[in-house]
Amino acid sequence: MLCQVEVVITFKKEIKDPEGDTIHKHLLLRRGYDSVKNVRAGKYLIFNVDVTNCSEALELIKTACEKLRLYNPTIHDVEVRIRG
Amino acid sequence: MGKVAIVKFPGTNCDWDVLHAVKTVSKLQSEVVWYKEFQPNGWDAIIIPGGFSYGDWLRAGAIAAKTTAAEKIAESVEKGTPVLGICNGFQILTEGGVLPGALAPNACGRFVCRWVKLRVHKPKGPWLALVNDGAELHMPVAHAEGRYVISEEGFKELVSTSSIIKYVSGWNPNGSAYDVAGVTNPEGTALGLMPHPERAAEDELTPRGFRAGGRVIFESIAHSLKKGW
Repeated sequence: MLCQVEVVITFKKEIKDPEGDTIHKHLLLRRGYDSVKNVRAGKYLIFNVDVTNCSEALELIKTACEKLRLYNPTIHDVEVRIRG
Repeated sequence: MGKVAIVKFPGTNCDWDVLHAVKTVSKLQSEVVWYKEFQPNGWDAIIIPGGFSYGDWLRAGAIAAKTTAAEKIAESVEKGTPVLGICNGFQILTEGGVLPGALAPNACGRFVCRWVKLRVHKPKGPWLALVNDGAELHMPVAHAEGRYVISEEGFKELVSTSSIIKYVSGWNPNGSAYDVAGVTNPEGTALGLMPHPERAAEDELTPRGFRAGGRVIFESIAHSLKKGW
């Protein structure tokens, strides 16, 4: 079966994110979305994996994230989950 | 005497500038080597030039760092071969774990291209052999992802073991932690730096108010290899 796994890579809380800050300050706040307190930008990847069950796909992509350094642990947080 | 490999990845674009500097300033034999053809044996020093390997996709340097060529370069560092990573080359060396820290997008959110002033702290190794401690060097930067990030403990270790090239106060163009522009490994054999020494290796390329600060790096490697590094 084909299973979709998604990976969301964002900067750690303590790492400044200029793209998110710009979207927040120059788009949201400028147009009155004052209740938005913070925006973080990141990278979103979708993997179509051919496996027997989705938990297998999840483990495979988690391993790939670490081994291939899809994210940089010095500056990023990563979230890996089944899509849908 | 002394052969320098300049390793080109898809998207590297400073290879010929570096070749020119190595030939005219270092006066060493040098070749641009396509990453697929790179073999570590027979080279006395290796340079990873700047550019946009793999279009900076995923992160600057992240994809190149996982190529066989980059892994062989990391092994060469282990064996003591001098390796210099300039700009994208520095990003590849940090992504590959050869040098500590990470290079995040510039704090200003933009690509920055301008001359900066740098200070060298505790120079060691073949690339900084002729540089005095505390020397001021001038070079241009040209990057979007040059904000050096390192933990406090990591920086303390760096200070005690390695050479650090810092932006002079007021010249930090990207929000780098501790004003770091470049670092070496503890042995000093691997140097990574965001500014471009090859663009600052000749007076003809140097604007008024600055000096050709990259020259001494190419003179140092020639000096070190001739001495038999």
